[in-house]
Amino acid sequence: MSMENPAENQGLLREWWAALTRPTSRWSLGALLVIGIGIGVVGWGGFNWMLELTNTESFCLSCHEMEQNVYREYRGSIHDSNRSGVRATCPDCHVPRPWFYKMKRKIQASNEVLHKILGSIDTREKFEAKRIELAKHVWTAMKETDSRECRNCHNFGAFDLTRQQARARNRHSEAEQQGKTCIDCHKGIAHQLPQGAFKAERELNESMGGAVKP
Amino acid sequence: MKTKIKAIALALALALGLSFTALGVVAAEVQALRHSGAAEPDQAPGIYKVTEGAKLERAYRQQPPLVPHPTDKYEIDVKVNQCLRCHEWPYSDQEKAPKISDLHYIDRNGVRQDTVNGNRYFCKQCHVPQNDAKPLVENKFQAATTNTNIR
Ligand code: HEC
Ligand code: HEC
Ligand code: HEC
Ligand code: HEC
Ligand code: HEC
Ligand code: HEC
Repeated sequence: MSMENPAENQGLLREWWAALTRPTSRWSLGALLVIGIGIGVVGWGGFNWMLELTNTESFCLSCHEMEQNVYREYRGSIHDSNRSGVRATCPDCHVPRPWFYKMKRKIQASNEVLHKILGSIDTREKFEAKRIELAKHVWTAMKETDSRECRNCHNFGAFDLTRQQARARNRHSEAEQQGKTCIDCHKGIAHQLPQGAFKAERELNESMGGAVKP
Repeated sequence: MKTKIKAIALALALALGLSFTALGVVAAEVQALRHSGAAEPDQAPGIYKVTEGAKLERAYRQQPPLVPHPTDKYEIDVKVNQCLRCHEWPYSDQEKAPKISDLHYIDRNGVRQDTVNGNRYFCKQCHVPQNDAKPLVENKFQAATTNTNIR
């Protein structure tokens, strides 16, 4: 656009503004709605597509902090390879499925980006030093949600106790009655535990309730 | 003189030949434990599952009891020992697991400690999961309980 005639320019702007605010006679309301919905769908789809892209194992592993510590320990564990070949990947356990909670977790994740830049856990030593704190965040979150992410795949109600090993059978039948949740007993199933994990567990149980304290 | 040398040579040759055949016989009888030539890749070991539900008997009094459940997923390292999370005293009641015996708490000077002593920290050094793997070679081992010594 030329800048030679500012007056004409202003006139154009005003016209555009008028067009935006004035009800149109040229386009029917229906057409406008269709276009609007179309744009909305594409935008929403794109947004969710982005969301899904960041919900894959390979995305998590794009940071070496995740790949070189937790991922290597997860390799070969029951959720990585088992007799049925069904896998649980990082987002399955760490990113909630309900939309609201998923968004909440995604916003929290910006904290991870910040710490990536700060280099808070960019070496194994730093990671191990901070690990108990990170693990406590995850445990607390899972206790609060009654291990929602585990229950996406596992379900107390669907357990066939008779087909479980004796140790599991005994504990599960009483756990259900006592209102315990998966994470109360199944810590360190996908990763190694941090130093002092059992002490932290007792403190957490005392402050939040849950497992009968020993 | 010449005949003597010839005789000796003959005797030597015979002896050598004999010993070779003898060696041959011995070599045929000896079998490597691995059942395949040393240069060939080993046979893959059998896949055994832990025998759960029943406890295999101890073969002698001092034997560390076999473990009646899988152990591979439990972490034992300098940071944590997950076996303790079920078998050490305050937890063992809650988990309905057999309590670790007192011998595990005695250090090398015979002093009782409050935590499992370092020389018993690596449980899997002594306690292995039980399964009904067959002996690799035939042998005459008898469990102490089936021994005639028992009164
Ligand atoms: C930008 C690099 C990066 C990516 C990508 C990344 N992480 Fe992280 N993550 C980090 C860092 C850095 C921390 C440490 C945060 C801190 O120090 O508080 C962290 C911490 C965590 C924690 C502990 C959270 C807490 O509450 O303290 C979990 C769980 C986690 N990440 C899971 C994931 C999952 C699942 C994915 C894939 C969806 C993922 N991360 C992708 C860098 C990343
Ligand atoms: C994506 C689905 C999925 C999610 C999410 C999930 N699991 Fe699993 N889990 C599985 C599958 C599949 C198996 C293997 C079943 C088999 O083949 O025996 C399994 C096995 C297990 C086992 C058996 C371990 C063993 O050694 O036999 C435990 C315990 C377990 N999960 C606990 C959890 C807990 C606790 C959570 C939440 C932190 C969780 N799972 C989340 C799918 C999932
Ligand atoms: C009171 C403690 C307790 C609670 C709560 C608990 N478990 Fe378990 N679970 C155990 C024990 C003990 C075992 C057997 C030992 C082991 O696998 O380490 C077990 C074993 C399992 C197994 C393997 C079963 C088998 O036969 O091999 C699965 C799968 C499992 N748990 C999933 C879950 C899920 C999912 C939840 C939450 C809905 C849950 N558990 C809650 C104690 C508990
Ligand atoms: C079966 C569910 C499960 C899967 C799959 C899983 N995690 Fe975790 N994760 C947990 C639990 C439970 C904790 C809490 C600490 C613990 O008990 O080990 C945790 C803790 C963490 C932590 C905090 C540091 C720590 O070790 O406590 C990070 C970071 C993390 N997970 C990242 C990942 C990444 C990256 C992947 C994919 C390679 C992944 N997780 C896969 C269940 C899971
Ligand atoms: C989830 C809790 C749990 C964990 C973790 C656990 N055990 Fe056990 N263990 C048990 C229970 C319960 C029994 C009793 C099983 C039975 O009687 O069938 C048992 C039995 C045993 C026995 C047999 C004791 C006897 O008197 O015959 C040994 C030995 C043993 N476990 C060793 C180990 C070792 C070594 C580890 C670590 C690699 C370990 N356990 C981890 C729960 C556990
Ligand atoms: C140096 C070898 C050794 C190591 C290491 C060892 N144990 Fe034992 N354990 C024994 C012997 C021997 C017995 C049987 C004699 C006895 O009762 O003390 C036994 C008995 C047991 C029993 C049965 C006790 C009973 O009353 O039936 C349990 C449970 C047990 N050990 C658990 C463990 C755990 C858990 C660890 C790792 C922290 C461990 N052991 C490390 C040698 C060992």
